[in-house]
Amino acid sequence: MVHCFLIHTICPINVLGAGESRVLYSRVFGPDENTLDGDLGPEERRLLQKEKLLVVARQVRSAVALSREASGQVVVETVPGEEGVALMEADSGVLRLRAGDPFSGERSALWLGIQSLGFTLVCEPHENLLLAEGTLRNLARHCLEHLHMLASGSEVLLKSDRIDVLLSRLLPHGQLLFLNHRFVQSLEKEVTAYMAK
Amino acid sequence: MYSHGSESLIKQAREIQEPELQKFYSRIAKLLQGREYGHETIDSLQRLYLILSATKYTRMLPSELQKRLLSLLLSSSVEQLQVLCSAVLRETLPPSGQELNFNQDTSSLLSSHAAVLLLSQTGSRGDLSCLSAQLLRSLEGRPSEGPAHSLTHTLPIINTILTHSPECLTEDHVTLLSKKLVDWLRYASIQQGGGASSGGFFTGPRSRQPGPIAELDGTVSGDFFTVLCVGQGFTEDQWMNVYSFSMLRHWLLTYNSTSGGHTTGDTDDRSEVDGSVVSMVSATSSSSRLLPPKERLREKAFQYCQRLIEQSDRKAQKRTDTELQKACLVEAVCILDSVCVEDASLVYRAFPCVKALYGRLSSDLSFARVLLPIAQFYLNHGEMAAVDCECVWKLVFGRFPAELFNDHFLAHELLQFLRQNLGNLQLRVPQYISSFPNLLKFLAWDSPAVVDDFVDLLPSLVTAGTAVELLHSLLDLPCLSATLVLQLRSMYFPISEPGGRGLLSLEAFRSPSYRGLFLFLLRGEAGSGNCCDTIARLNKLHELLAEAVDWARVVQCAQTVPVLLHVYFNTVITVADEKLLAQLILVLLERSSLLFNIPKYIKEIHRVFSCHLLRLCKLRPSLVVDQSHELLEFAGTTANVFSKEDVFTHVVWVLGEYLSVSSDSRCSVELITSCFESLEAVLFEVTSSAPPPGEAHAAPRVITSLMSALAKLASRSHDLIPRVSLFLSKLRTVTRGGSVPWCSNEEDIAAVVTRGEELWSLLKVPSVAQIVLTPPPHVTTPQWHRDTNAAMPLQLRALTSLTQSH
Repeated sequence: MVHCFLIHTICPINVLGAGESRVLYSRVFGPDENTLDGDLGPEERRLLQKEKLLVVARQVRSAVALSREASGQVVVETVPGEEGVALMEADSGVLRLRAGDPFSGERSALWLGIQSLGFTLVCEPHENLLLAEGTLRNLARHCLEHLHMLASGSEVLLKSDRIDVLLSRLLPHGQLLFLNHRFVQSLEKEVTAYMAK
Repeated sequence: MYSHGSESLIKQAREIQEPELQKFYSRIAKLLQGREYGHETIDSLQRLYLILSATKYTRMLPSELQKRLLSLLLSSSVEQLQVLCSAVLRETLPPSGQELNFNQDTSSLLSSHAAVLLLSQTGSRGDLSCLSAQLLRSLEGRPSEGPAHSLTHTLPIINTILTHSPECLTEDHVTLLSKKLVDWLRYASIQQGGGASSGGFFTGPRSRQPGPIAELDGTVSGDFFTVLCVGQGFTEDQWMNVYSFSMLRHWLLTYNSTSGGHTTGDTDDRSEVDGSVVSMVSATSSSSRLLPPKERLREKAFQYCQRLIEQSDRKAQKRTDTELQKACLVEAVCILDSVCVEDASLVYRAFPCVKALYGRLSSDLSFARVLLPIAQFYLNHGEMAAVDCECVWKLVFGRFPAELFNDHFLAHELLQFLRQNLGNLQLRVPQYISSFPNLLKFLAWDSPAVVDDFVDLLPSLVTAGTAVELLHSLLDLPCLSATLVLQLRSMYFPISEPGGRGLLSLEAFRSPSYRGLFLFLLRGEAGSGNCCDTIARLNKLHELLAEAVDWARVVQCAQTVPVLLHVYFNTVITVADEKLLAQLILVLLERSSLLFNIPKYIKEIHRVFSCHLLRLCKLRPSLVVDQSHELLEFAGTTANVFSKEDVFTHVVWVLGEYLSVSSDSRCSVELITSCFESLEAVLFEVTSSAPPPGEAHAAPRVITSLMSALAKLASRSHDLIPRVSLFLSKLRTVTRGGSVPWCSNEEDIAAVVTRGEELWSLLKVPSVAQIVLTPPPHVTTPQWHRDTNAAMPLQLRALTSLTQSH
């Protein structure tokens, strides 16, 4: 089960402190893990969840920064239309989130860094990471294309319903799916039909 | 990608004022009252979502608007509206008392987006149970009347519920679902789905007949449908096949009768006792119909996995399918593993399959991540099946770290494998501990990502046999990091660049005269190669790698070494005997001058050394007398005052504190005197002239610790007291004159002089000095309430306060 999917910044932002990250899209799957055991009110639960996601975004941001620094890679800006190139040049990695930091159980955060934005999947430790990696790349590709993320627009904020629909097909309720190219084609047709509206 | 525009949108959304917000709410409510929903409605809903989600504090919607959105979500057939309503409602809270009613009638099938909302707002386990009951009722019903995907989201939802609270499903539910899963996994249609390619003018009835499904390489499929089968279109049960397999592993793990442990002991007994009838039957698949549902599911899962393994051997026509085949292999082996843990009789059927797979893949490093679950299988069941696992461990501990250290994902998965099976590996796989030089390569390459794993793994690698070599390896980690960079560069650019732009270190790496040095660093096993020989040539190595000190990777690695050293020392004191501890002290002293010259690295390591030297000597004070020769040699070298200040200070302190008869009866007057003389000489030298060129002044702490050590030693051999007193009074005289060449700061001089005066006055009364400076053990380890002498005052005080309070 994937616990959550995040799109967040991995570049420095003027108004925020160093190392901070802005979460542009977040989606948690399933019941809130704080609900079933704690005795917090619903508002506090929501606040706690948002804070936990922010912690993950920050940790991924620093992991990406360290990884890029170590490999000496220079981040090249690509223009809209070069989504394939952007994806090929993306750095990826996986981060271990210890139990309690910030989720109650151990998790793995799989990340894909495309220029100044990061796409992160937080999975259970026993998840099939090969499958998760493929799914994450697919999701990122669709987001880049359908939300024109290589341009400087703000569609990721204003058209988040598209990401919701994408997730409902490719990662329904956080379930990773073993889809061969035919199944993927069939789902992508539905997604494209939706995006065309 | 992330622009100013987006940043200002978020700011606006967060800072929207209450009156404006209320106006917005009423505008949306009005828009939603109509029948038709145009661009403006959609746009407004999206902006509403942004406003609600941009802030972590919850905003409440007016209850009318809330109700309207909810009814739209449940009744609308326009997907975009459903999605937006679900998203908006998820970002806010229902007004109290109006939580979603979970006991809705089942006539309306819950859409996927409505279910998302339900799940996110679940208040309790009871709610989840209701939801799961409802979903299973819908599965039980007749083939769906709705669109093709109406049932498909039920399995993911059930899987989510399982993850959070498996007890929500009753025994009946589990049975029902087991039966359904068997149907979908094993008996899905093997004809292609309807909706085949769009016909043209000339398509007749014959061309519309769907053909059989095909394999990934194009050949017609000869067996049951799996996720690796393709067709032009898919039937509903083929979709359910995909969804079922996707959740299968989790299902089997959750409803295993034993709770998922890897201990083979218990499971063996269990299956022997109550599964004897079952296991006989399951050996022949034709009679599987007689099995109870759970066991039948296990059997079908087994067959499915075997088929997947077979299908993965075919050459797929598309690259994404090749990736899928790898993922399927991983999943299939994991499922086989958990099924065999559950029912040990299946091991004899599974092993040939897994072994053949291993044979197929072991020579191809691109399948390394698939080989890890196979290694897990061997670890769990190899002993039972009496299979030799040597080759597997050689691969996992030998080739993988040596050749694939730069694969992030493999590193993560391999280290996770080690962490999760630590107990087993320590018991049964001796290669684990002896391959630590190889394992450290993951750390040297990508320290920030894996240091966490190593903090957990390092204690298991610290054994009496490996301790010294491991310490050297940890200290040389930045050198290893630089070497790995050079190794990769050497591979990618095999020919030296003619223009001489190449790195000096790369040249050195390739030159045969230094080959031995680098090969030693890159060794795969502990105990091989000559450790001492290389230590002697370390200076040369540091010289050759000099340009690597500012490579980012090397610097990141250097930053993790102190942390790991702390872990190392904390562990080593639990496994080391006196002899090993003595050896470690020697290593500390020796290596303090043999460290790779990365800025701040040397200082940090010295700090760690000092801290642990102190701990070791406190633990075993007799070590000081034992190693007094080496310690004295170190403390008697004046140059060490400047180049290794931290370590020097602590060595001096340790000598002063523990070189006494009470620590070790072998301590003689001669030893104390010779120590005194060495330290005295250093102190004279430091306080009589300016520091050597290029060095900063000695810190006052060094001088005061030297003085204190001398005083302590003198208190044990009273002949030495006059010498110390003489020096201290001379010091006082000299510093009264104003500035001194060995210290520039007046406050520091004052501190040194003050300490000198304190010691001088103490030494005027030798017996007192002895007690203060060399306290007998019972003073340093007080046992207040246990010691009758000390307890009396406490008793009296307690009695007094009791009597006074009444």
